[in-house]
Amino acid sequence: MAGTRRDGTVRGSDLAEVLRDAGLYALVTLGLCIPIVSYRTDLSQTSALDLTPRWGLVAGLCAAIFCVRVAQRLILMRRDARRALTPSPRQATEAVDATPNAGQRIPSLALPLFLGAAVALPLVAALASGGLGPARYWIDLGILILTYVMLGWGLNIVVGLAGLLDLGYVAFYAVGAYTYALLATTFGLSFWLCLPLAGLAAGLWGILLGFPVLRLRGDYLAIVTLAFGEIIRLVLINWVDLTGGSAGISSIPRATFFGIPFTAGPNGFAATFGLSFDAMHRNVFLYYLILALALVTNGVTLRLRRLPIGRAWEALREDEIACRSLGINTTTTKLTAFALGAMFGGFAGSFFAVRQGFISPESFNFLESAIILAIVVLGGMGSQIGVAIAAVAMVGGPELLRNLGFLKAVFGEGFDPNEYRLLLFGLAMVAMMVWRPRGLISVRMPSVALKERRAVSGALVREGHG
Amino acid sequence: MTGLTGPREAVLSVEHLSMRFGGLLAVDDLSFEVFRGDITALIGPNGAGKTTVFNCITGFYKPTEGRLTLAHADGARHLLERLPNHAVNRRARVARTFQNIRLFSGMTVLENLLVAQHAPLMRASGFTVLGLLGLGGYRAAERAAIERARLWLERIGLTARADDPAGDLPYGAQRRLEIARAMCTEPVLLCLDEPAAGLNPRESAELTELLRRIRDDGTSVLLIEHDMSVVMEISDHVVVLDYGVKIADGTPGAVRADPRVVAAYLGVEDEEVEAVEAEVGLVLPNAEAGA
Amino acid sequence: MDVFVQQLINGLTLGAIYGLIAIGYTMVFGIIGMVNFAHGDVFMVSTFIALIGFLILTTWLGIASVPLALIVVLLVTMPLTALWGWAIERVAYRPLRGSFRLAPLISAIGVSIFLSNFVQVAQGARNKPTPPMLNGGFTLFERDGYAVTLSYKQCLIMAVTVILLAGFWYLVQRTAFGRAQRACEQDRRMAALLGIDVDRTISLTFVLGAALAAVAGVLYLLYYGVVSFSDGFVPGVKAFTAAVLGGIGSLPGAVLGGLIIGLIETFWSAYFSIEYKDVAAFSILAIVLIFMPSGILGRAEVEKV
Repeated sequence: MAGTRRDGTVRGSDLAEVLRDAGLYALVTLGLCIPIVSYRTDLSQTSALDLTPRWGLVAGLCAAIFCVRVAQRLILMRRDARRALTPSPRQATEAVDATPNAGQRIPSLALPLFLGAAVALPLVAALASGGLGPARYWIDLGILILTYVMLGWGLNIVVGLAGLLDLGYVAFYAVGAYTYALLATTFGLSFWLCLPLAGLAAGLWGILLGFPVLRLRGDYLAIVTLAFGEIIRLVLINWVDLTGGSAGISSIPRATFFGIPFTAGPNGFAATFGLSFDAMHRNVFLYYLILALALVTNGVTLRLRRLPIGRAWEALREDEIACRSLGINTTTTKLTAFALGAMFGGFAGSFFAVRQGFISPESFNFLESAIILAIVVLGGMGSQIGVAIAAVAMVGGPELLRNLGFLKAVFGEGFDPNEYRLLLFGLAMVAMMVWRPRGLISVRMPSVALKERRAVSGALVREGHG
Repeated sequence: MTGLTGPREAVLSVEHLSMRFGGLLAVDDLSFEVFRGDITALIGPNGAGKTTVFNCITGFYKPTEGRLTLAHADGARHLLERLPNHAVNRRARVARTFQNIRLFSGMTVLENLLVAQHAPLMRASGFTVLGLLGLGGYRAAERAAIERARLWLERIGLTARADDPAGDLPYGAQRRLEIARAMCTEPVLLCLDEPAAGLNPRESAELTELLRRIRDDGTSVLLIEHDMSVVMEISDHVVVLDYGVKIADGTPGAVRADPRVVAAYLGVEDEEVEAVEAEVGLVLPNAEAGA
Repeated sequence: MDVFVQQLINGLTLGAIYGLIAIGYTMVFGIIGMVNFAHGDVFMVSTFIALIGFLILTTWLGIASVPLALIVVLLVTMPLTALWGWAIERVAYRPLRGSFRLAPLISAIGVSIFLSNFVQVAQGARNKPTPPMLNGGFTLFERDGYAVTLSYKQCLIMAVTVILLAGFWYLVQRTAFGRAQRACEQDRRMAALLGIDVDRTISLTFVLGAALAAVAGVLYLLYYGVVSFSDGFVPGVKAFTAAVLGGIGSLPGAVLGGLIIGLIETFWSAYFSIEYKDVAAFSILAIVLIFMPSGILGRAEVEKV
């Protein structure tokens, strides 16, 4: 790397170069800020737009970008200097190096540790915060994260294993939620009866939507699935008679403990089991319900991977043409992936409905699909544990923003860190692709071995073309 | 005139095959037969339409015209041009390899061979349902499949690398693995698209040995090849294409002596003809081949 | 009949705007084979740049002549939006070149989410109306009290579109950049070997795409008079549909596709239901991708075995 010496020290001329480069970044930032940041438009009393100049903010942004770039360059210089001993010149046209390092392998203890943490969470949270009531935040967050873990695992079948890029996965989540909501509110069916029905309905929709798109590959498949997802959402909004339109469906029957309601009455859960009533019982139950659903998803997926269908999915991801030459019916193979992925989405959807008690089309917009897909990709496509870690990071991470209230002291009272949630989410998606395009865990474990099961480097695993 | 002896039964009959891409007639009214128990070579200069013929036979292209009949030893006949792509392998039992190797490079060598046994394993797993519940004879079926894979690994000398990713193998081993993978589908006819391309002489010799063994075990072989030494050494029957038209059909010796073949391959300047003739060991009394 | 002619005019106007955006999709897809998912949001950013530019010119600098203000705004919005296009390519796509295939698409989705939320944070979530500009128009004919009009806005939109497209066509067909661009479309590696600066060509493609989206943005602002941070997604999808319908990779196809989509949208709204307008757009997208993925003017792809 030009401008660095092998011992990793930075020369004066290098520093000047770094400053010039960072200056350029700041200049571009300035250009980007004009006029989107530099003038704010607000509706005035006369409903015309007023302009408020904000050059101070622009200067702050430019300075921040300048500092970040300087820091980044200096860190990179050190790293490049270290790597200069074993240079690997790569051009922009070459593949990105994706050789797994130690951090991308999973220590054998991680799995039981993860599972243990998930099982013990309500108890630990209750002990740590002194009772179930105060632990509510943590348990609810756990439910939220586990819902995304389940969705991620469901989508992982389609995207990670079969290599079919689905940008409309949330549609099946919606089908599951609406199936439960409609069945429960119109026919009064119980959750446990509706759960499989919702899964079946979503799976059926998976086949229905999957069938026409089987010939498509890559970006086109992604866009068509996106279109389907949006169509379903728009139909949910506009078909007011059935779905209640944008207002959604409310007063969906809540979950019961296999028929015993979580109420304070004599037939309630607490009374039946001789406990004192606590509204949190329901949440704890929901937590273990989604944990169980997620684990079932995981178990089924892991099993499927070792069956011929799972191997066919992975082969399909690697090379569809070779699959056909080996007598594999790619149509049915893709459809089973679509249907199974959709089915798990449907299960998660009906869980969502029973937990919320209220659903509306707003919960099923494109952004949800993007989040689920980001979880799968960040996890490392096909890796189950990677997906779980990514779900914790992607869903739990933004929650940290809520605790940044102290920033108000810096940026003034009007500052709400929550506003920046999605902005940072978008940035994180880009950063993640640039930093680790193959995800956190990019190695692949073979489904079968003659002697010894050895991880396959992610660099060899193809990501599918469809 | 072919000089072949004994009763010959065709395993594959190609009749009046034509394939048109837009304005280009890649294959023009081609007819030939592949006999059971033979190694048949399909040769011709670059762009002669060999791979197109292959893609028609193996179901990747639907021919514009023509009939492709595959006959099993039990008398069952399959019209390949009417079968969906994957059924050409599953039902008609035609397997193939590709010019640019198409292994599942992120899967292990063993997994590659198991994917090839998809259909029987799928049945054994009760189309996934029984397998998912752990019922039925799936475990035994998988053990049998691994046994078959192990057998082929021994034949191609890759037993030690069974658990390595296929993409990590050297080129020659990848070619052999692709053949083994095709053979794991238990084909009646094995179609090889330039199996010797990029192999060194030793690997070529091993390949020849492997193909003979496959033939002797009862699978007919159809191959496209540029390496004339391989073709002349192992083929029982050679079909020559040029610009999508068949120009010769017969034993290697007969084809080699056919002036039209020489013209198609070498039909340029006399000096070049001689140079290449020397290379392929073809000695003709006169220079009539150049005409 | 009168309604029909009126809708035809409206549809062509709308189609011109979609066509301008669609060119950005089609060029980027042509050269690096990715769906630049964030392009719709770049368009949305440009509408805001144009809006603020208008306000500065009319309220602060007191320029009363709308055509003059419009020209100035156009000249300012194009480079500023182009800078966005350049920066996005540089930060979010270039490091991923040659990476696994889904990476750029996912990165683009990230950029799209970032841009709409960036504008929301910077400018607030409410719709931003502008005072009506360039009112009036020509009445083409009148019958039974229904007047078919061609407004000044519509004239302007079509005129600007035609002029810019002509200039753009010249750029792509006749200049060294255009040659380099088409060479990169055919074979990037070979183009690089022949001494074409591929990175620069790709950068320029993004810059041009964004600049044309900026033109669309200015015209969109002029036509609708209101913008919002969420205005990127749906017009983006429609323009992408236009690009695919016309045959992705084909410039005339993008414009043709834009016009068709614009016409379908206005006729659908006029004769069927306005609620299902966007359902129609997404359905057309799905139908086109499934049944005619190579579009009207595109080349059909033969599967390589």
